[in-house]
Amino acid sequence: MTVAARSGHIEARDLTVRFRRRDAAATTALSGFHLDVRPGEIVSVIGPNGCGKSTMLRVLAGLIAPSVGMALLDGQPIHGPDARVGLVFQEPRLLPWRTVARNIAYPVELAGLPEAERETRVKELLHRVGLADAADLRPGQLSGGMRQRAALARTLALQPEVLLLDEPFSALDAMTRERFNVELLKLWERLGTTIILVTHSIAEAIFLGDRVVVLSSRPGHVVADIRVEVPRPRTLDRLDEAAVSATAREIRAHLEANEP
Amino acid sequence: MRRSTLGAGLVGLAVFVTAWKVIVIVSGFPAYILPPPEAVGASLVQAWLDGTIEPHAAATLVEIGLGFSVGAGLAVVVGYALGRSALIARLISPYIVAAQATPILALAPVLALWFGPGLLGKVVISALIVFFPVAVSTMVGIRSVDAGLLELGRSLRASRRQVLLTLEIPAALPSIFGGLRIGVTIAVVGAIVGEWAGAQYGLGVLVNLARGSLFDTSLMFATLATIAAIGVALYLIVVLVERRLVRWR
Repeated sequence: MTVAARSGHIEARDLTVRFRRRDAAATTALSGFHLDVRPGEIVSVIGPNGCGKSTMLRVLAGLIAPSVGMALLDGQPIHGPDARVGLVFQEPRLLPWRTVARNIAYPVELAGLPEAERETRVKELLHRVGLADAADLRPGQLSGGMRQRAALARTLALQPEVLLLDEPFSALDAMTRERFNVELLKLWERLGTTIILVTHSIAEAIFLGDRVVVLSSRPGHVVADIRVEVPRPRTLDRLDEAAVSATAREIRAHLEANEP
Repeated sequence: MRRSTLGAGLVGLAVFVTAWKVIVIVSGFPAYILPPPEAVGASLVQAWLDGTIEPHAAATLVEIGLGFSVGAGLAVVVGYALGRSALIARLISPYIVAAQATPILALAPVLALWFGPGLLGKVVISALIVFFPVAVSTMVGIRSVDAGLLELGRSLRASRRQVLLTLEIPAALPSIFGGLRIGVTIAVVGAIVGEWAGAQYGLGVLVNLARGSLFDTSLMFATLATIAAIGVALYLIVVLVERRLVRWR
């Protein structure tokens, strides 16, 4: 199935995240959140708005320190951003003054990789995400889909073992989104990275995930962890299978049971 | 510059000069009040050829160049601090605003007293007046840096220096150049005001000389035209540099 890169085991143990705001009472975004994702596994995380999904990703990405509990990468506690964990934001967040190629090169540039190495990586990534012809364009000249491809390529530039995706396709139209899902699976089949995908779409969660984790409303914790019994490699026509609709029903039931 | 831009500029100049001439004819003002354009033009050429204007223009250009560089340079640094630290902004912005609100004409004699009648005094006055717009535009630019991009930088473990060079400065550059455009034109004002507070050379001095002891209104207008031309030329230089550095807008 995948290349045998057996690192990329990411874990969240009993995470609680409280935010203190100057003007308001402290809010708790996550409470007692557990997640264990095996190397090379794809886990979709779904839950109501504001349930702390993005907060969870930021803890795993090392951008937020949890109030209680810890996040672990290959058994080591995560104490800050790590090159082995790549985060793709909901918005592309490209630097508008850089070309597509130089945006993709940005992380490796910051990491201080030699110029030659940088160029080969960027060239390969441009091809891989289908932006070879757009290398010298600036983000302002791209469509929304192309921007998100560039953002994905930028995250892949550091060759992460774990890919955290924060609703990366939510701004795209339905057709483009389906195509992106297929492309993402192809990419994953080749790279074998661990993927945690936060999404609002039940179909997307099932299509991509080995498991779908359902979060409660705030403060978020896991209310269901559902295995998706659809064999890989997956194609879009598989979405019509009975297993898919059964899983979808199950997810929907958990989401509805948890509506505030 | 494109051909059409140049053409439009020439047409504009022609309209301006024609209107000027018409006003002279219709109003019947004597030449010592409003000299006709051809007299001013002749005086301008004459004064450049016989070396009347040149030493004064050179002195003023040096003052503007130094005043603008020093003022804008300091302003970018201070503006960055203002943009990054709310505490610094609260502590020093009242003084910056107060310095700007005090008319430069009233400050000039004091500064001339402190820094002397030489070059230094003019540079200080010019730098002071340049400081405000550049500092404010830098502050605004730095504050406008997208929080999402800063978070991206953090997730990629960018150092303080890398954040400054790859995120903050490029993002703030369009705004900073807005301040520099204003700054470079009022740097001219600062230099001239400084000269009025006491100087031996400079276009401000020449305006006074032409009006007073020489009583040559055409020369006065020719000097004013020179000052204006310097302002326009410097402004265009800033715009050209901006176009090179801020290509993505």
